[in-house]
Amino acid sequence: MTHAEAPTAASPTASPPAPPLAEAIGLRRDFDVSRPLLARLVAGEGRRRLRAVDEVSFAIARGETLALVGESGCGKSTVAKLMVGLYPPTGGRIRFDGAELGALASRRAQAAYRRRLQMIFQDPYASLNPRWRVRDIIAEPIRAFGLLPDRAAQRARVAELLTQVGLAPADGEKYPHEFSGGQRQRISIARALASAPEFLVCDEPTSALDVSVQAQILNLMKELQRQFGLTYLFISHNLAVVRHMADRLGVMYLGRIVEIGPAETVFATPRHPYTRLLLEALPDLEMTGRARTPVGGEVPNPIDPPPGCTFHPRCPLANARCRAERPELARHGTVEVACHAVEEGRLAEGAALPVAPAAGA
Amino acid sequence: MPLLEVQELRVEFPTRRGVLTALDGVSFAIEAGEVLGVVGESGAGKSLTGAAVIGLLEPPGRVAGGQILLDGRRIDGLPYEQMRRIRGREIGAIFQDPLTTLNPLYTVGQQLAETMLTHLPVNPAEARRRAIRWLEDVGIPGAAQRIDAYPHEFSGGMRQRVVIALALCAEPRLVIADEPTTALDVSIQAQIITLLKGLCREHGTAIMLITHDMGVIAETADRVAVMYAGRIAEIGPVRDVIKHARHPYTVGLMGSIPSLSARVERLAQIDGAMPRLAAIPPGCAFHPRCGHAFARCKSERPELMDAGGSSRAACWLHAADSASAMVAGAPREARPGDARPGDARPGAARQGVADDAR
Repeated sequence: MTHAEAPTAASPTASPPAPPLAEAIGLRRDFDVSRPLLARLVAGEGRRRLRAVDEVSFAIARGETLALVGESGCGKSTVAKLMVGLYPPTGGRIRFDGAELGALASRRAQAAYRRRLQMIFQDPYASLNPRWRVRDIIAEPIRAFGLLPDRAAQRARVAELLTQVGLAPADGEKYPHEFSGGQRQRISIARALASAPEFLVCDEPTSALDVSVQAQILNLMKELQRQFGLTYLFISHNLAVVRHMADRLGVMYLGRIVEIGPAETVFATPRHPYTRLLLEALPDLEMTGRARTPVGGEVPNPIDPPPGCTFHPRCPLANARCRAERPELARHGTVEVACHAVEEGRLAEGAALPVAPAAGA
Repeated sequence: MPLLEVQELRVEFPTRRGVLTALDGVSFAIEAGEVLGVVGESGAGKSLTGAAVIGLLEPPGRVAGGQILLDGRRIDGLPYEQMRRIRGREIGAIFQDPLTTLNPLYTVGQQLAETMLTHLPVNPAEARRRAIRWLEDVGIPGAAQRIDAYPHEFSGGMRQRVVIALALCAEPRLVIADEPTTALDVSIQAQIITLLKGLCREHGTAIMLITHDMGVIAETADRVAVMYAGRIAEIGPVRDVIKHARHPYTVGLMGSIPSLSARVERLAQIDGAMPRLAAIPPGCAFHPRCGHAFARCKSERPELMDAGGSSRAACWLHAADSASAMVAGAPREARPGDARPGDARPGAARQGVADDAR
């Protein structure tokens, strides 16, 4: 897989070697979490907004896998939904193959792009209609986009897709409940591939599966990527899975990307204190009996995020500047990091982090 | 004498279409102060084993055979009231979802005090003092104030800390922890595991740690039991099981876990899926997915046997008299999806299997 040094959207002026297939530019998404009108009037409070995604920018080159990792509530799934258009962004732009998705006015113009990007969801029990036969589930994108008008051709295509994901063509006659979790996820993948997309957004595609089944699905996804030159945006909370899949890696914390770069580099020399603590906190098979360094504290409430760098309450390197001024992504070699401590060189690269502040301290 | 001894445990579920055997011939022991990890995929029977030990099998499930001994005393089939006194006092429990473990209508202090008043000879004032100390011990800041808060006022990680305090406050000698960190974020998981292990070591409490997360097991457990289709496939010291797995299923399971330290192009995978309870294959339940299966595996069920080191595996490859069988019915070709010798970890482990069989 190429480690195409995709240009970062933060510097759109730089002329890229090859234009990225998908691009998020300053993406922002707010959710209204206000209480009902009457309750607000009684309590005399205003509307409350939760910024789930805040100024997120990245670019994904063709054939590449960009993974976004983070803990629950960091906004990674919201990014996935924004990218496929399930949520309209509050601010920022999404570009796909040069065209701006938000600017496409007619449904027809949108459909032309929609066909080329598809999504695989986390829960294979909730994302397949239990009343439809598998062949109809898989054929839905083909019918929706009017790709194959002929029924026989549709049937042949569904059979082909089922074979590609490791199921039998006869399985098309069955209903989703007749399949195990792993097989259902294969059906989801077949459905996503039905419209011959170039870009797949995978939101935690294996987190509902057992490890041995997870291995089957990850292997399948890699094979399909090779076979069809697919581009993946891979959302996961599992760093080991991400390490297996990703060419480039973005680490999210409270709605923002705090570190992004080639996956190998980020795993070998993580720079942002959050990335470092996350990697240290992770249990690994190689580390039997190891005493770990837990990340202290918890993810703050996104409705009321801390000022400055949102990680500062949990960061062992935080100082007054971190508490007041929000760090922006800055380039360090091939990696971009949003951290004052890294920028100022407060901690030598590779040196051990001091012990994190105790929970709640 | 081990603290907990489970012998030939059999759990059945009578259904309209006949009796399903969910656990069959499960035997293991936990010493005082030891951490036994129980791993396996969904449906392998690991949670059921925990539920049987603590006497919380959901009807119509029932213990149909074998026995469970706590300190040499049988605790399976005890009358409800007697079991209730053991539960909490002798055996504590931590479940996956802290929100369903805690009663939303009582403050955490009331719940902790109630547990202690039920099981320990303390008065309400002492119970409250101890409750505050437990909340401090599990790392809840401002314990003296938070004790009067309701479960919903805590975050997920904090709630799981309360659940741990609740499980340990009656000072049980064994804690059954069923997926205690699965519902939590990675960074919180680390905190909870460190906490649980530290507290249990401090109090000499044994833990039966049920999880599907091998990473958690690798770091926490002393010994590990790998379950497959309602039986223990392999049991042994954690290092042996992870580094030198003896059962082909364990080998496949370890190979299928993506590693942080090394990136492989393709994960080893076990094709197929675990059989349903209604259709467990004869002989070794793993044989249809096993690259080493030979005639005996299809007809005769292997029991746990010494497999080299301190590990025991339920696999005919390790039978003293299986060498001839191996030669006669040469193991069929490994399928493309199987672990290949080139793959780093699974390869090394698989080599081990072959060596032992020779």
